[in-house]
Amino acid sequence: MEFVPAIMRWLHLMAGVMWIGLLYYFNFVQVAALKAAAADNTAPGITKHVAPRALFYFRWAALVTWLAGASLLGKNFVAAFTLSGSYAVIGIGAWLGTIMLLNVWGLIWPNQKKILGIKPATDDEKVKARRIAFLASRTNTMLSIPMLFFMAAGAHSAIYGF
Amino acid sequence: MKNPLDSLWGTVISGLVLTIVLYFVAHKLVVQVLA
Repeated sequence: MEFVPAIMRWLHLMAGVMWIGLLYYFNFVQVAALKAAAADNTAPGITKHVAPRALFYFRWAALVTWLAGASLLGKNFVAAFTLSGSYAVIGIGAWLGTIMLLNVWGLIWPNQKKILGIKPATDDEKVKARRIAFLASRTNTMLSIPMLFFMAAGAHSAIYGF
Repeated sequence: MKNPLDSLWGTVISGLVLTIVLYFVAHKLVVQVLA
């Protein structure tokens, strides 16, 4: 069973790359692409064929990343989340990742369902949902910067000055 | 005041500032235990 932490770390990294990679795709590529596509009426190509697939992998990768990370913390889970001593470093990363996961499942996905027409919504509700989903996604992009710093620092504390 | 999250640069700069703030918070928490 000693190989389990190694498998979990591998899974944590793979799912994390998919999660944050898709988050950066949404924020650095898709937002600007949708604006340009709206001008020549090609936006439905993105909202119908690309966005739902990207969101599927995005939200499930987020959950797998968190679960694999929680499994890696193991008996140190409470110490990390209570920011105890040297566990404060990975704990801050874990808190940021947790807030981001809650943003994905509690704000981004429910509002994207309205935007993409998966859940019925009026035009006014769609406008509101678009703003909430956008800001939640931008918040996650902002939080990903310190989150990645503290994840790396948690595993390599000496070179980060902790 | 404009929301910094409305622009990509605003988002990235906010993330970098938050990283610096949290670095000092973490440093203080770790050093408190070692002292």
